[in-house]
Amino acid sequence: MRADIAKDPFVPEIYRVGSVRRELADAVTLELEPVSGTRPDFRPGQFNMLYAFGVGEVAISMSVGASEGTGFVHTVRNAGAVSGALARLEPGATLGVRGPFGTGWPVAEAEGRDVLIVAGGLGLAPLRPAIQEVLARRERFGRVTILVGCRSPSDILYQHDLEQWKQRLDVNVEVTVDHAGTDWHGNVGFVTTLIPRSPFDPDNAIAMVCGPEVMMRFAASGLQKAGMPAGNIYLSMERNMKCAIGLCGHCQFGPAFICKDGPVLPLERIAGLLAVQEI
Amino acid sequence: MESMEQILGQQSFFAGCPPEFVRLIAGCARNHHFKAGEYLIREGEPADRFYLVRQGKVALEIAAPGRPAIIATTLGEGEIVGVSWLIPPYRAEFDARAMEPVRAIGMDAACLRGKCDADHHLGYEMMKRFLPVMVKRLHATRLQILDVYGQR
Repeated sequence: MRADIAKDPFVPEIYRVGSVRRELADAVTLELEPVSGTRPDFRPGQFNMLYAFGVGEVAISMSVGASEGTGFVHTVRNAGAVSGALARLEPGATLGVRGPFGTGWPVAEAEGRDVLIVAGGLGLAPLRPAIQEVLARRERFGRVTILVGCRSPSDILYQHDLEQWKQRLDVNVEVTVDHAGTDWHGNVGFVTTLIPRSPFDPDNAIAMVCGPEVMMRFAASGLQKAGMPAGNIYLSMERNMKCAIGLCGHCQFGPAFICKDGPVLPLERIAGLLAVQEI
Repeated sequence: MESMEQILGQQSFFAGCPPEFVRLIAGCARNHHFKAGEYLIREGEPADRFYLVRQGKVALEIAAPGRPAIIATTLGEGEIVGVSWLIPPYRAEFDARAMEPVRAIGMDAACLRGKCDADHHLGYEMMKRFLPVMVKRLHATRLQILDVYGQR
């Protein structure tokens, strides 16, 4: 993190939108470059607070790894006032960026083990930097499996990346959708149904899971049924982040602040809270 | 060449099944091959057969008049295609189509039902194996219809 950010984490840096790529009907990927200075380093799984001027701030994870360019890349779904304003930005527009914040995926800890990535919907976005890092140093990991679930074939995020990963002989990629016609040749069913079919050693694997909380809860349960200990299952939690540095308490999740202690947390730390309503 | 008894014994679906039951079940089983696009089961037909997939992918489909069929779920290696043979009136509820070349063990359901009726221990053993399959599919279907992916 840069010294000035460390001094005052509430002051955003100005970034310019370099390009906008439409991913889905309601989601775009923004490439951001700093207007001055250089982009700080970050780890896969961390997030920034993106500030749409005059509208507000929202927490969005980086969707491309730090080694892939000189700026930040964020995939944003138009789901509210702020994310809608961000999703409507055009190349050349500016926005405020605070970050990076939070914990990252345990990529280094996964070395020497099987890696299981489980993504649901837009949850593939925060996982993509981890996948990129694993594939960049593929020889350091055991079997690598990427499981992706989404509504329908037209809702598959990062189709180009998925196709490239599928072409590799050293990665097992499975995509499943909730609904499909007979022209679909992939899997149909909830993403958890892919877990028992996946090749991994439950005693020597790390799972990284991101998606809607309901999906993560059942994915975690499926992984545990397959024999994986809770300490080796990591989830990226989402709550209403405001300050992003553990001061305001908006993102409190039991004893943890998602912005500071998360968003990536081991299941063993939050397992007891996942089924508790209104947390 | 492996006997059907040996082949069944290697399937996770029959893991832990007493050998005398595997022998009885093997008497109702034979190997099947399906080309991509061929149907293993047709909706409404007598459920006189079910399959244990050894290789390939099968789509369970619901046909609707005037529109293309909808895939309800896909099943792969080690999974069971067809559970209606257990439940009166023993009629198939879905079409089951091979999405790619499929190798499967096909069971003569009438033969196996007869053996289960004659030996309730065998019947209970089969129920213990089929009930989790049905519960898991019901659970997965609930998650499917929840349409959760739009929430993140």
